[in-house]
Amino acid sequence: MIALLVRDLKLAMRAGGGFGLGLAFFLIVVTLVPFGVGPESALLAVIASGILWLGALLACLLSLDRIFALDWEDGSLDLLATAPLPMEAIVSVKALAHWVTTGLPLVLAAPVFGLLLNLPTNGYKPLILSLILGTPALSVIGTFGAALTVGLKRGGLLLSLLVLPLYVPTLIFGAEVARRGVAGLDNGTPMLMLAGITLGVIALLPFASAAALRVNLR
Amino acid sequence: MNSVWEYANPKKFVQTTDKVLPWVSVLSVVALVAGLIWGFFFTPDDYRQGSTVKIIYLHVPSALMAINAWLMMLVASLIWLVRRHHVSALAARAAAPVGLVMTLIALLTGAIWGQPMWGTYWAWDPRLTSFLILFLFYLGYIALWSAIENDDTAADLTSVLCLVGSVFALLSRYAVNFWNQGLHQGASLSLDKEEHVADVFYYPLLICIAGFVLLFIALVLLRTRTEIRARRMRALLARERMG
Repeated sequence: MIALLVRDLKLAMRAGGGFGLGLAFFLIVVTLVPFGVGPESALLAVIASGILWLGALLACLLSLDRIFALDWEDGSLDLLATAPLPMEAIVSVKALAHWVTTGLPLVLAAPVFGLLLNLPTNGYKPLILSLILGTPALSVIGTFGAALTVGLKRGGLLLSLLVLPLYVPTLIFGAEVARRGVAGLDNGTPMLMLAGITLGVIALLPFASAAALRVNLR
Repeated sequence: MNSVWEYANPKKFVQTTDKVLPWVSVLSVVALVAGLIWGFFFTPDDYRQGSTVKIIYLHVPSALMAINAWLMMLVASLIWLVRRHHVSALAARAAAPVGLVMTLIALLTGAIWGQPMWGTYWAWDPRLTSFLILFLFYLGYIALWSAIENDDTAADLTSVLCLVGSVFALLSRYAVNFWNQGLHQGASLSLDKEEHVADVFYYPLLICIAGFVLLFIALVLLRTRTEIRARRMRALLARERMG
């Protein structure tokens, strides 16, 4: 399992692996928002946490089809499937690798982008906390979508259509944590709900992803 | 002997529905015509809502069926995953577009009613939002069906999506409750409470609901039969090409 994780991470880091693309996309979204809504810092401060959550979600979405596509094309997915490792473990490791290469950099970069959007000072801690809690769920749910569409030639658009509705609860609670943090309200309840969703999908969704992957490898 | 699984045999299914389908269709038309005419022309206007109240005869039944269609797909998907009866997978496939249209009707009639009553076509109310999300789930489900060429693979993957989607649809329903306070009134009908709707509106509404249920059954049966025949035709064409 660790060998697989290291392999995936190495592949992502090397040239052409797409590492950093998500981050660049995140930056572009954050740059474009003021063009769309105007540069008033008061308005930006209100919507900053929501924009950062949306940007993180979209950046995450963009890199999803890479989770299985390359391994599917060169056949290494078939090899992995015949390995003694259970399929559930493979998809969990894949999701973890996706989070380390996409979700974690987004979490680390979010404070810097928060500066660009004039996020109020008391908003940083809840924003980072909510992203740390929420982005693993995005990766795990995304892995499920990627497993469903791996056999399709032009699965990218379909993948978004399938995955985005599944992101709704995570986004609602994640953005709520950040929003309440900015407003100075108590955000314990949405935080617990967010953590619950993340833990729930980590525990259960790999079974569904593995089932979908097995069907696709049949 | 007469187990329900007999109908997993496509031939038996088609034979039985040959007899059932005309009855269901006729009954649904009768119920819909009777319920809607009674509702639209022979019930009084509400003293606050005026005649706009009558959209309830389309809105409530379609919203009910939008949810029940998904539930039916869930059951059919489970049967396919566990017992692998093709008719079940095809029935789930057949129900999806019907459910999609029901969701659309509920959203549109709600918007038309909302404009004079709430002063807006759309509000980010929990019920409205979760119906929009349900609409997206239907779209994704149908898109996945049509994207995969192999029938069995498509049936398997859409069934898994239906199971996972049900959990997330439920989760979203309660998440949006948390996210925004509602504008939508509570349930108009319920089994365990005293009725909230006056009897003059209640009886035609019941007939309309019965009509929508029958319409849904008729459409799903019809579409399932079409799917069975289309698949049989493809098999025959393939055999001819081989021979």
